[in-house]
Amino acid sequence: MIVEIGHYALILAFGLALVQASAPLIGAQKNNAVLMDMGRMAAMAQFLFVALAFAALTHAFVVSDFSVAIVVANSHSAKPWLYKLTGVWGNHEGSMVLWVFILSLFGACVGTFGTNLPPTLRARVLAVQGMIGVGFLLFILTTSNPFLRLDPVPADGRGLNPILQDPGLAFHPPFLYLGYVGFSVAFSFAIAALIEGRVDAAWARWVRPWTLAAWCALTLGVALGSWWAYYELGWGGFWFWDPVENASVMPWLAGTALLHSAIVVEKRNALKSWTILLAVLTFVLSLLGTFIVRSGVLTSVHSFANDPERGLFILVLLMIAAGGGFGLYALRAHKLKSEGLFAPISREGGLVLNNLLLGAACATVFIGTLYPLLLDVLDGGKVSVGPPFFNLTFAPLMAPLVAVMGVGPMLAWKRGDLASALSRLWIAAVIAAVGGIAILFIHGGPVYAVIGIALSLWLIAGAITELATRIRLFKISVTASARRLRNLPLSAIGMTIAHGAVGIMILGITASSAWKIERILVMNKGDQVTVAGYTIKMGGVNNVPGPNYLAQRATLTVTRSERPVTTMFPEKRRFKNPVQTTTEAAIYTTGFADLYIALGDQQVPKAGSTAKAGWVVRVYYNPLVPWIWIGAIFMMLGGLVSLADRRHRVGAPTRAAS
Amino acid sequence: MNRFIYILPVFFVSLLAAVFWQGLKHDPSKIPTPMIDKPVPKFRAPTLYGKGEISNAVLKGQVTVFNVFASWCIPCRAEHPILMTIAKSGKARVIGLNYKNKPAEAKSWLKQLGNPYEKIATDAKGRIAIDWGVYGVPETFIIDKLGRIRYKHVGPIMPFQYEKTIKPLLDRLAR
Amino acid sequence: MKQKIICLVLGLFTLMASATIQPTFAVTPDEVLSNPALEARARALSKNLRCLVCQNQSIDDSDADLARDLRILVRERLANGDTDQQVLNFLTARYGDFVLLKPPVKPATWALWFGPLLVLGIAILGIVIRLRRKARVDAPALSPEEQAALKRLMDKGPS
Repeated sequence: MIVEIGHYALILAFGLALVQASAPLIGAQKNNAVLMDMGRMAAMAQFLFVALAFAALTHAFVVSDFSVAIVVANSHSAKPWLYKLTGVWGNHEGSMVLWVFILSLFGACVGTFGTNLPPTLRARVLAVQGMIGVGFLLFILTTSNPFLRLDPVPADGRGLNPILQDPGLAFHPPFLYLGYVGFSVAFSFAIAALIEGRVDAAWARWVRPWTLAAWCALTLGVALGSWWAYYELGWGGFWFWDPVENASVMPWLAGTALLHSAIVVEKRNALKSWTILLAVLTFVLSLLGTFIVRSGVLTSVHSFANDPERGLFILVLLMIAAGGGFGLYALRAHKLKSEGLFAPISREGGLVLNNLLLGAACATVFIGTLYPLLLDVLDGGKVSVGPPFFNLTFAPLMAPLVAVMGVGPMLAWKRGDLASALSRLWIAAVIAAVGGIAILFIHGGPVYAVIGIALSLWLIAGAITELATRIRLFKISVTASARRLRNLPLSAIGMTIAHGAVGIMILGITASSAWKIERILVMNKGDQVTVAGYTIKMGGVNNVPGPNYLAQRATLTVTRSERPVTTMFPEKRRFKNPVQTTTEAAIYTTGFADLYIALGDQQVPKAGSTAKAGWVVRVYYNPLVPWIWIGAIFMMLGGLVSLADRRHRVGAPTRAAS
Repeated sequence: MNRFIYILPVFFVSLLAAVFWQGLKHDPSKIPTPMIDKPVPKFRAPTLYGKGEISNAVLKGQVTVFNVFASWCIPCRAEHPILMTIAKSGKARVIGLNYKNKPAEAKSWLKQLGNPYEKIATDAKGRIAIDWGVYGVPETFIIDKLGRIRYKHVGPIMPFQYEKTIKPLLDRLAR
Repeated sequence: MKQKIICLVLGLFTLMASATIQPTFAVTPDEVLSNPALEARARALSKNLRCLVCQNQSIDDSDADLARDLRILVRERLANGDTDQQVLNFLTARYGDFVLLKPPVKPATWALWFGPLLVLGIAILGIVIRLRRKARVDAPALSPEEQAALKRLMDKGPS
């Protein structure tokens, strides 16, 4: 019964989305307040019904209702309840319901909290949101209905992939979708602006909070995915340039460019058509990601079941959104006249360069991800584009970007003095140089590590210098500086945190890539090995049963200079539903480095072989690796601090009467 | 000039649409072989039956269907009737490469299903298969009279694939 | 019905030929070469070679049988004196360019390797040209008095 209610709720939501897509659009055209207000009400109602459907689906999973087909395919009665809950979105159909749930949530939020928007703009934004909802609800109802029943009802489900039964991965999709779908709001704002034929500072200020929120969520979502891969996949890697990973990083890069571009529109009335283009592009890239994951055109460890029919539908949705968005841009962008002039060397110039580099990085990931498909379609043969390519092409674009990030905020608007800005950054330059030279002396290389360390130190010191300059640290009294700090707009503090966080993250990436230590060996009870000053002694391997698996758990005592540090328990888990084995690595972190131990297979040498019997143990020492995710979290925090800026809520400029 | 730039994104999107539409029809996991029209790789291996050896020299003079199989491979079972058909039809002789299989298991599998192979080479370590660019089982190569690889089929041979592609090719090569 | 059987069988073939999402274990101790320089080369090469039965992993990361066979093969050839390029050529002769995770630079892949940089270069050029042209067009000529006044203001600097 509840399942049917969920199904009908989705159908009603579809109807409401149709209303939301049309009524306010007509209303804005004709300046009809009633029709425009219908958009708001339709958005709220649509959200309520989608929420109802989502709740019904969640209920089916949590109570293990095996009359529902996807519950059978993805769940099992012995699964821990948390993963029954998160299993709702661990499959294609359920994740699409999550997608439209978040979409309708954002729509309802714009309807409720967008009271300071002019009615016509809000109406058009809601209309575009409604159109997106129409497309995706239709997709769900026709090709991916989560409420399909099974008859006869099986006794139990087939279980969820054990790899997905994990807290990190359980929450990775919601944040990712908050990001992907959140950018739909920026997209809707852009389309609305194109329809209206104007973009101004007020528009940029309205769009910023929504874009920031989406960006924060996407940052966290990508970071969660990377962190999960690190501790779950068993050998300490954190990024593989897999197509689906790339699909999440492309909207992030474009979204970052969008955030920065919008600042220029707001402050200087320039870069209007750029910003609109980026707003359309970011959401189109989100849709592209959806297409890549679910269509099967690219092989990926992450893909859901591949179904060409679904792939075709999503392709059509993608093309309507992209074609519509960019088509409207082609027709109307010339109306967006930018007024602000600026010299090439200026804050605007720095932001333009920032956007170009981010765009080039996005294009690199785009071309690298899709090239195998392109070449195959053109019958040019089959090539693989893997991590070696991306590492070689992406990093060299990031280096100048980080360099510019240090100097850009120090430049004045309109016309900046590069020499003066650089001279004020002398401390940062010294710190960077000292750091680079130190690495050269201590480690002798590699070259990319020296550059990476130097640049990240430059960025962190540069961000702090910029803040110090604003509060005139050491130039006026400490109390006066403190007062300035308190009165600084939160977006300035947010920027310092976020930029510094990028530096921290790059330190983590550089150090863990360059100076990671790996030891692979066979260990028996009593054997020991020393890695990075830690002595690790094997205590034996026992069988330990879990809720839905049987684990083989090794006990390893870790000491340093004779003093005990910790005991680590890496495991190999064998699941029954479905039959699969996973590794649970044991990680000991000092905050500055990780000691990472994974248990391999048991080696039973054949008769007459000289190989040693015992367990394969992999020990890794990863310096500064926690800083990768600490950096990412601080990036998100910087964004949240910016979001809390009063100017986004109170006193947003109302448009001059047109 | 300015208006032209604004059109670029739409133009690009339509190109992408065409690529994706075509892409949906392709299978990204099928790898084409660089060995078409090249002579067969050299190998020498013990035969499955008897104590002799078999080498690449045997793959000349007649049109040959060279099939990589194993008893633990379920799709091999599915394509087995087609191999029997080819063997019986006399269009080509069928030579097998037994990949990473215990000889006793392979023999009992063939006893149960029937043996379409004129000769069978054993590849216990899988090295011969790597020389052929094999990455999974089953895979089948069509070899002409001169000992050149003319076609590679990845996966089990289904009846419609036999009718549409392989049978005509065998006929053509026999002439 | 026939379609369904085909799909099922093809799916089974893929299952046979591919590793399910397994934890990645990579090199086992019995594969490791005793010569550390050779082993380092082997690891570096393995990171550049694709596991053909996996979904986007290198043979260095993968658990699959074929990956292990290829790892051992790479080490044997290095021990026999092959250069890195010779090992790669050996494998591409059998599996094609698909086996390389770093695509070779050839006319078919020029767009891949040079495309983004080219676009970036054109974009930067275009913007610089546009900014210069705009500055020249939009800024009307100043009289000498106005120029002097402007200079005075600029020299005062931002407050």
